[in-house]
Amino acid sequence: MSDWIDSPPREQGSLAWMQAMIVTIGEATVNSLESLGRFGVFGWQMVRWLLPGAVQLRTWLRSMPLFFEVGNRTLPVIAVTGTFVGLVLAVQSYDQLKAAGFEQRMGVLVTLSLVQELGPVLAGVMVAGRVGGALTAELGTMRVTEQIAALSAMGTDPIRYLVVPRFLACLLLTPLLTIFADLCGSLAGWFIAVQLKGIPSSPYWYHISESIETWDLGVGFVKSMTFGGAIGVIACYKGFHCRTGAEGVGRACTESFVVSFIVILAVDFFLGTLFSGLYRGLFGFKSLVT
Amino acid sequence: MMASDKFAAGPEAPTTDGAVVRLVELHKRFGALVVLDGLSVTLHRGETTVIIGESGSGKSVILKHIVRLLKPDRGEVYFHDLRIDNLAERRLTEVRPKFGFLFQMGALFDSMTVADNVGFPVREHTRRNRGEIREIVRQKLAMVGLDGIQGQWPADLSGGQRKRVALARAIALDPEVILYDEPTTGLDPPRADEINELIIKLKRELKVTSVVVTHDMASARKVADRILMLYEGKFIFDGTPQSIEQTNDPRVRCFVEGRCRDEVLEQLHGVSAR
Repeated sequence: MSDWIDSPPREQGSLAWMQAMIVTIGEATVNSLESLGRFGVFGWQMVRWLLPGAVQLRTWLRSMPLFFEVGNRTLPVIAVTGTFVGLVLAVQSYDQLKAAGFEQRMGVLVTLSLVQELGPVLAGVMVAGRVGGALTAELGTMRVTEQIAALSAMGTDPIRYLVVPRFLACLLLTPLLTIFADLCGSLAGWFIAVQLKGIPSSPYWYHISESIETWDLGVGFVKSMTFGGAIGVIACYKGFHCRTGAEGVGRACTESFVVSFIVILAVDFFLGTLFSGLYRGLFGFKSLVT
Repeated sequence: MMASDKFAAGPEAPTTDGAVVRLVELHKRFGALVVLDGLSVTLHRGETTVIIGESGSGKSVILKHIVRLLKPDRGEVYFHDLRIDNLAERRLTEVRPKFGFLFQMGALFDSMTVADNVGFPVREHTRRNRGEIREIVRQKLAMVGLDGIQGQWPADLSGGQRKRVALARAIALDPEVILYDEPTTGLDPPRADEINELIIKLKRELKVTSVVVTHDMASARKVADRILMLYEGKFIFDGTPQSIEQTNDPRVRCFVEGRCRDEVLEQLHGVSAR
């Protein structure tokens, strides 16, 4: 310490800067670990209520309005997104496929892209934006107005009462919305291929039915279910832990969407790698053009 | 009328016959801020205890410890002989219905009607049918003078009505203890007095133990059997509404008389103002 005091001012400045940097990094690390720990505890508490709750009729009765809310909020935007993604995929791929003589297989490219990747990701992002943000805002407002504390004070566990139904709604509705996005996208691809580019309709659907396997549908289903669950738990966690005031709720909503979005992309990468490795190991390489 | 009944019994009269809630050596800090610093108190059956203290001194924190909405860093909380500060969350759900909690802003569920709000704890904790719940809701709302507004939404109610509905909800399960967090804050004097009268009425009719957190001295004088003053994490006064008027402790005197402490005045004006 005395060495530090005796050292020249420039050295003192760089030491102080280093010290400040170490403190900042240390604080950020501790805060991140604390948040992660809180999130883990929150997730664990939810799972503990989820397992017995899933076999109780009143959990499902409480979830029904939320199922409607999630579906109703997201269905139009999912339809629009799925349709436009199908249109873009078809338009972008047509020339290249035609040059290679594979234009009749355009449906395979559009549908497989949607079923395995774009459908789950886009449906997940739309659910995160339309539903996740709204759930965070609702629970955040309940927190700052002490409604969540009131639930606890009345002996009703707020995680059981508020989080479990919302989690179930996101978990189960996201795969259904993904299937809807896939259908819209495939129909949009069909419109470009058949109505605008003159490809016969039956080969378009025939190649799809020949190439798309149960495995592909399963991958899309597992991905979308994982995304839905992640969105539900992140949105509820952010709502439960938002800071007080309107600014706190607004910030929690933004964080909820951003974190969900990053998690969707990261989980998509890891699940994609896992499933393609598994497929190769189990069934070998699958070619879409033979 | 109700207030005179209370004084007829005499605030000095022994109204207690046992400890209902005990806080033992409670410590709580938020970051570097020490809120409770070894605080101990016993709350007696049928007594209305008013906790006064400056804003931000930790009065509401005490209430939240009583129902374990907060956990102490150190110390023990007892409800009768049951230690609740370390009780598992699932066991707590059995204990909490013994308490009614009136939150500062009411904390009514804004997605439910008044009837659903008041009937909520009954639906959650009993197996009563719809008709019975409807009757309980009617009784509780009548008790707070609001029978007939069952179909209204919390957003349509005035501040005083919201607190009374919240009070009806707090007593829906006939609790042993009612905790009031700043019950008169934000209300005009007549509405505040209505709440005071309700606190006295509920104590008399339901024989409940009440804990009122407030910085409203008029309310404290009217409803209290016992007044505690919280200052820097400890109780610096414990006595009757009469004895608080005679205390010489300058910290208590400043609060009771509603005037700024000398050292604060000095900070504000730069010289000793008194």
